[in-house]
Amino acid sequence: MTEVTFYFFGILTLASAIFILITKNVLHAALSLVVTLLSVAALYVFTNAEFLAVTQIMIYVGGIVVLIVFGVMLTNDVSGKTIISGSVNRLSGTIITLTVLVMLIYSGQELTPIATKVHNTASIENLGEHLMTTYLLPFEIAALLLLIALVAASIIAGHDLQSKIS
Amino acid sequence: MSTILFFLPLLLVFAVLAIYGERKISAFIQNRYGPMETGYYGLLQTVADLLKLLQKEDIVPRVASKALFLVAPFVIFVAVFAGFSVVPVLPTWQGASINTGVFFLLAIVSLDVIGIIIAGWASNNKYSLLGAVRSASQIISYEVPLTLSVVCVLVVTQSLDLQVISFQQGVLSNSYFADAENYLFGLSFANVNTTEIGGVLTWNILRAPVLIPVWIIFFITTLAESNRAPFDLPEAESELVSGFHTEYSGFRWAIIMLSEYGMMLLTSLLGVILFFGSWNTPFPNIGSIKLASWTTGEVGSMASVFWAVLWLLIKTIIMVFIQMWIRWTYPRVRLDQLMSLGWKYLTPAALVLLFFSALWRLMMV
Repeated sequence: MTEVTFYFFGILTLASAIFILITKNVLHAALSLVVTLLSVAALYVFTNAEFLAVTQIMIYVGGIVVLIVFGVMLTNDVSGKTIISGSVNRLSGTIITLTVLVMLIYSGQELTPIATKVHNTASIENLGEHLMTTYLLPFEIAALLLLIALVAASIIAGHDLQSKIS
Repeated sequence: MSTILFFLPLLLVFAVLAIYGERKISAFIQNRYGPMETGYYGLLQTVADLLKLLQKEDIVPRVASKALFLVAPFVIFVAVFAGFSVVPVLPTWQGASINTGVFFLLAIVSLDVIGIIIAGWASNNKYSLLGAVRSASQIISYEVPLTLSVVCVLVVTQSLDLQVISFQQGVLSNSYFADAENYLFGLSFANVNTTEIGGVLTWNILRAPVLIPVWIIFFITTLAESNRAPFDLPEAESELVSGFHTEYSGFRWAIIMLSEYGMMLLTSLLGVILFFGSWNTPFPNIGSIKLASWTTGEVGSMASVFWAVLWLLIKTIIMVFIQMWIRWTYPRVRLDQLMSLGWKYLTPAALVLLFFSALWRLMMV
């Protein structure tokens, strides 16, 4: 049963990802991305990374994709014309993708699955403790990065407004 | 694990009764009678409406994006209903027992924005699109103070599992945690032990009174999350016909309404579990008069099932009533007022309260 669900979500991930590439309608692509991210979240659950899965849903699906869809809708003509995305750099894109794929398959054989290494007892408590002790520096750097992005975004957004007022 | 057997019928019955209740309450507030013709005192009005709705033609606009238009209501409903999967009903009957309980609930419920956006966009209608854009921006903005206010509770309870949070708030806390101690107002130095007293004194709002203002923020944001007045801009009838579901009819429209009422029920349940003692009784044990123990029952007995469901539902219905009361009392806010309320007042207030909740937690140990 577990294997069937695993392969179901694996196939769903691949199928929706391929659909993103094929479709020319940007909104359909964005909605397909929702399916991809949700099934990747389901795959995380199989590796016992429950917190990561929920975070994926919260941040990527609930936040980022919604913003993408928002952007698409606001640039869309309400009268019915949809934005069509073409495809460029087909040859170089294919080469790069294949190279990365080969590399991933090759290195994937070398790696041992993470799930066997990690202790999953009371994962949330562990996670919180480690974030505040062992991994404090990367955690703070990530926080700083987000803060910089936030400040920069509000400056970019408010820049025009300031010059209009004065 | 099988709480769907409880929540699915509950949601359907609740929607029918809540729509009737909403009409009667609004009528009472506006000094009218409300529905009176169908059944005694209009009791069958919603049933009649439902029968009419199910017979209606399922219209799809010619220029709509058909597949998305058809699937959107179900996306909204699934997102809302999935939230019920982690909600406990009884001391012995909880939903999915996952480590990330509340976090999962907030994450999965935030997906209903996608359904709303699809519905608005696929309708290919100016009103629908405007309603969808408004709704999405509103829900995204209010998710920040909502999550922060929930985090305030989590700081106090030290757990994300809704069932654990429920157990902490009553006389049963000792049966779940061997060394659980509750102190009056959470002040352990005052040394008034309320573990055996239970009742309202061990609810989270009195375990840590700092949570009372937190609940106010939580309540305002849940109103905005479920798109209800005074935050019903997405379906502002006077401006947008009825917002993102303007083009829907019949069964699909009913599903959208069911999701809206489902969201009300879910946020009310969540509020009751986080702040008002979940399925615990409000009566404390006073000396030899064991009101709390009498109105809780032995764990696993039929009496305990009866009391737990009774308390949970009574508290939830009171919350729903307050939501309706506010809807028919206050006028709709303007969009800029909505945004400034969310970002400039509620979010900073929630951050400050998070700090105080953490301080309060230090006094509780």
